[in-house]
Amino acid sequence: MKKFMLVNRKAPYGSIYALESLEVVLIAAAFEQDVSLAFIDDGVYQLKKGMQTKAIATKNFSPTYRALEDYDIDKLYVEAESLAARGLTAEDLVTDVKVVDAKTLGELMEQQDVVLSF
Amino acid sequence: MLHILNKSPLEKSSLDSVLRLARSGALLLIEDAVYAATRGNAAEPKLREAMSKLKVFVLEPDLQARGVADRVIDGVRTVGYDGFVDLVVEHPNCQSWL
Repeated sequence: MKKFMLVNRKAPYGSIYALESLEVVLIAAAFEQDVSLAFIDDGVYQLKKGMQTKAIATKNFSPTYRALEDYDIDKLYVEAESLAARGLTAEDLVTDVKVVDAKTLGELMEQQDVVLSF
Repeated sequence: MLHILNKSPLEKSSLDSVLRLARSGALLLIEDAVYAATRGNAAEPKLREAMSKLKVFVLEPDLQARGVADRVIDGVRTVGYDGFVDLVVEHPNCQSWL
């Protein structure tokens, strides 16, 4: 089993990256790999509560993050500095995450076999 | 002139460019640019600066999609797609800061 980390740095809906990352997470989970997700920079917006996407005719994929636990993916790391720069706290997010500082997240990155960037 | 911005202020420098070049008229924030109009975002002081010379609007459907419709900075006006069209019609020209 390899350690995979998916690094999410883009806001949802403005580009396809967030949705593609979610697809890859589910694939990795199907192969029973050790998968963790990191949310940095505008990537933290992917987890914002209260999305209503009807008026932009796009699927709201944020509920999927809550379902990841059912696939044994429970290592969701959010960088504290990125949250703070956007006026957000852990209470603003759709699911339970580990809020960690940049130093800790950087160390976690170094421990991975594979890091995928989105 | 109507300035239309669609990039997040924390990912791209487009908001800085608008602030540097726009003289008067209106600024409409759409897509990922709507984050610039949310309270607590690091770009809030820049947006307040923009409001001193531009009327600032933000597109409601894009706020709702991103779950931030309840965090709009005071003084920023929200518009729907119909308001977007009105803004384009009301101004002699427009610039999309892609």
